[in-house]
Amino acid sequence: MVISFFFDNEQIFGQKAEEFVLQWVTIVGGFALVLGVFSIVRVNARAVAMKSRDWPFKLMTVVSVFAMAVPAMLPVSKSSNGGKVLFSIIPESWGSLFGTGPNSIYDWLFNYLDSPMMETMFAMLAFFIASAAYRAFRARSADATLLLLTALLVMLWRVPMGEAFLRLFGDSVPDYINTFIMNGFNVAVQRGIIIGAALGAASMSLRIMLGIERTYMGKG
Amino acid sequence: MLENLTFVEHFQIWLRAFLILSLFSFLYKDNIFYKFSEHIFAGLSAGYYVGLIWRSVIVQQLINPMFDNSEWWLVFPGILGVLMFARLKPKWTWVSRVSLAFVIGNTAGIYLISSLHGMIFKQIAPMMVSVNQGDGLEKILLALLVIVGVITTLVYFYFSKEHKGALGVTARVGIWFIMIAFGAHFGYTVMGRISLLIGRAEFLFYQWGGSLTQIF
Repeated sequence: MVISFFFDNEQIFGQKAEEFVLQWVTIVGGFALVLGVFSIVRVNARAVAMKSRDWPFKLMTVVSVFAMAVPAMLPVSKSSNGGKVLFSIIPESWGSLFGTGPNSIYDWLFNYLDSPMMETMFAMLAFFIASAAYRAFRARSADATLLLLTALLVMLWRVPMGEAFLRLFGDSVPDYINTFIMNGFNVAVQRGIIIGAALGAASMSLRIMLGIERTYMGKG
Repeated sequence: MLENLTFVEHFQIWLRAFLILSLFSFLYKDNIFYKFSEHIFAGLSAGYYVGLIWRSVIVQQLINPMFDNSEWWLVFPGILGVLMFARLKPKWTWVSRVSLAFVIGNTAGIYLISSLHGMIFKQIAPMMVSVNQGDGLEKILLALLVIVGVITTLVYFYFSKEHKGALGVTARVGIWFIMIAFGAHFGYTVMGRISLLIGRAEFLFYQWGGSLTQIF
């Protein structure tokens, strides 16, 4: 990957080498994710088989994984790979239920179960953030006060009523918040953190390439 | 006001309302309704990613090119992917390290270049703005603010030397910058969550409420 950055390897290989390798990494990475889900199913299935604590809920997890994944994995028509075998057993009109397209089982489960629950989970965080904020930001130090005041200003600025309130102190106050807090302080810190993280990632990559970092192989 | 709903539409609305209220019930305390919804959510989310990866990676990038375009060399990443499953048997875990080494090695190569070229240089370049006499005070102040902010933030995260003296003062300024930026982020996050909460409340009041009034 590093060498391919410095050479025009398209002329040598007929295809950009990094694209070729990236496709391989994506495929192997895809299997790794499937392995992760397989592991979840295995752990929960064992708990169900052993009738351990809360096993009916664990059964629901296993059923949900299969309900979502299996229809998505089935071929959608006779012309798909493996479609001839499936549609010799079941009617071809059922094909629209499979895959990940509109009106498929996968799509229905996502729209009517998964997506509303995901939104609710995130919405619930509003309550937990509020309680955590109360405990964390009781303006016990100058730093915490600074954080609290900025958060308040941004929250006011993001709602029409708050923006109107801020304009009482001057017509340009909301614009100053946008310019100096969001495009000034915020951008500067984001940039600093990104540069720091990138330096860390680059040095970690070098450590892996030079064989200094081997923890991923189970070695210290 | 909702139009006359069919049985299926009523069912969909009631199902969503039940799951939403079950999850919200956790705000009172942990209970079986929450556990039921939580486990379904975990299972569906895992299944969602399997479906997504199966369609967009394994079918589109492995099976279809292999069988439709005869790109047989893709059998090698396929084998590497299958080797990952060797982790499931402790005796065969070492086999999966071949695939792991391939992924980690490539990722290291990708990150080395992308972090240097795509992140560090790309982040430093916009700071080198030329400030002319004709520019307004606002632009000059903003450019200065960003430069001071980036340097002090980086100094705050520099732990190889004790934060004392000039380094300590710079790190102190850095922490003020960080606090203001985190405050802004916190404000944004809270607003995002509140807007999701409003969305859920709207659904319960208008759609579920509409369904309720039509039924009763």
